[in-house]
Amino acid sequence: MSTLRHTDLGLSDQQVLEMFKTMFLARKLDERMWLLNRSGKIPFVISCQGQEAAQIGAAFALHRDKDYAAPYYRDMGVVLAFGMTAKELMLSAFAKAEDPNSGGRQMPGHFGQKKNRILSGSSPVTTQVPHAVGVALAAKMEKKDFVSFVTLGEGSSNQGDFHEGLNFAGVHKLPVITMVENNKYAISVPYERQVASKNVADRAQGYGMPGITVDGNDPLAVYKAVKEARNRAVAGEGPSLIEAITYRLTAHSSDDDDRTYREKGEVEEARKNDSIITFSTYLKEAGILTDEKEQEMNEEIKKIVNEATDFAENAAYAEPEQALKYVYEEQ
Amino acid sequence: MPIMSYIQAITTALREEMRRDGNVFVLGEDVGKKGGVFRATDGLYEEFGEERVLDTPLAESAIAGVGIGAAMYGMRPVAEMQFADFIMPAVNQIISEAAKMRYRSNNDWSAPITIRAPYGGGVHGALYHSQSVEAIFANQPGLKIVMPSTPYDAKGLLKAAIRDNDPVLFFEHKRAYRLLKGDVPSEDYVLPIGKSDVKREGEDITVITYGLCVHFALQAAEKLAEDGIDAHILDLRTVYPLDQESIIEAARKTGKVLLITEDNKEGSIIGEVAAIIAEHCLFDLDAPIQRLAGPDVPSMPYAPPMEKFFMMNPDKVEKAMRDLAEY
Repeated sequence: MSTLRHTDLGLSDQQVLEMFKTMFLARKLDERMWLLNRSGKIPFVISCQGQEAAQIGAAFALHRDKDYAAPYYRDMGVVLAFGMTAKELMLSAFAKAEDPNSGGRQMPGHFGQKKNRILSGSSPVTTQVPHAVGVALAAKMEKKDFVSFVTLGEGSSNQGDFHEGLNFAGVHKLPVITMVENNKYAISVPYERQVASKNVADRAQGYGMPGITVDGNDPLAVYKAVKEARNRAVAGEGPSLIEAITYRLTAHSSDDDDRTYREKGEVEEARKNDSIITFSTYLKEAGILTDEKEQEMNEEIKKIVNEATDFAENAAYAEPEQALKYVYEEQ
Repeated sequence: MPIMSYIQAITTALREEMRRDGNVFVLGEDVGKKGGVFRATDGLYEEFGEERVLDTPLAESAIAGVGIGAAMYGMRPVAEMQFADFIMPAVNQIISEAAKMRYRSNNDWSAPITIRAPYGGGVHGALYHSQSVEAIFANQPGLKIVMPSTPYDAKGLLKAAIRDNDPVLFFEHKRAYRLLKGDVPSEDYVLPIGKSDVKREGEDITVITYGLCVHFALQAAEKLAEDGIDAHILDLRTVYPLDQESIIEAARKTGKVLLITEDNKEGSIIGEVAAIIAEHCLFDLDAPIQRLAGPDVPSMPYAPPMEKFFMMNPDKVEKAMRDLAEY
């Protein structure tokens, strides 16, 4: 019998199960948020569904006790892997005072948590790329062995900040890993109308760094690419651009109707490659996961999601006057 | 006390802060080997090396954005925009990111970056090397905008900006760089951001202004004094957020107020100053609030007669002060 892919990558059975569980949790939290939105309990959802494998495969390849992440709005998988809890994500969904991302100030998906080294993000896309480059610049100046990891969508790779940030990182050989989660759509506009090059990764050549396209539905492939990029970064070999090919299984957001711009059949076809299913199959074939164990995991996650939902729903909003606080440092 | 030019005071502040705190570093276009196109970072590359005096690619959004990222990590970046006119590609980073970082993260993250930029006209800089851009940023809570008028203020305020835990835009008048000289103490001192400063005590009229125009107003005040007109001059120093208390006090003192900016008139900083005075000082005023500003055209033309027409100068200021005194 040939060796298993994850073993070849140096991942233990326990680690791949943990990866799967985190993917599963992200999916179930996201699904719950849609239910809460459709039942009128939360105003907005923006999804990670279809991108969990890329997000969690990448995060597991990083040193989650010292690396920095600058996620974009779909990266529930990244922030879960970096230590944000289900409860904290639900507090954000309900915009409650204890939301660690923003205390209920920002829409869901605008992640940030200093204790877990998750940089705060905004809504204008791609502004996080130069920030991640700045953190990597600090790593180089301080001669520390951490890297920064930044993600964005393929549409965002058209922004000036993508070009300016990656070029800066390339010129100064900074330890930053940029991962484009190519989910094929920038809201309604498909890849062909967004990006002139065949792959987003092709753009790396202009920035003097390796550009790697990987199957974003395969967490192990993404893990491998990010692991290698991290090794290069800490060895002083500079930045990398990784493009993870994924698919957005939901509409852009809870305010979007994707039936106006893509065929139902296309989404159904993509669901056949849903990483939650394919990775489960891999783990079962590897003899690490059984139907029974998966069912147990499902029950456990359901409990986590239920508890997080109840906790957040019953949590307090910030007092209205809190809106006046923290414009500047307060003594 | 050593006499220094305005730009020497800037360089001195940078050098002293870089010596004091290893986290302070400078980044921008041509700031390294060349020492800056105006030579504001002269000698820093030699003393601190290329890592702390970083020549960046020609890309302003990255200069601001990379600086913001480094500041979030815990560094103290001082980013230079080569001309204030070229800050535009960085506006998204400054307004959407730096200004809102503390607020949007509920005080979890902050972006203590200083962004320096030479502004202002009178140097044959034409449309894109002459602008005053402060009003663009002056309705963005989370930002502080500092515009010093003297070498003494420049040193003390730049040091305060670098030590400030929030983002500060620091606009230096490029004509002041070598025109203005003054006493600058060798020792370490900081001046408070958010506080204006009385540059001349007077009883007859109040002039409120900032930057190079303070210098013009002081020159005009000396001429007026010969005719027995005693001007009170308040230098805003921080143009956002404004020092309301001192503005009100200065307006009440004489009841006749002239506001001066080199910027275009409509939507400028002095419009907000006028609003503060109108709200609080109606019954203290003996004349309508007067505004002296650049014309509402996009920017300063290149040809010398047109540039002179746009640009503020001591004669225009003197006339406006005299007219108000005689009201």
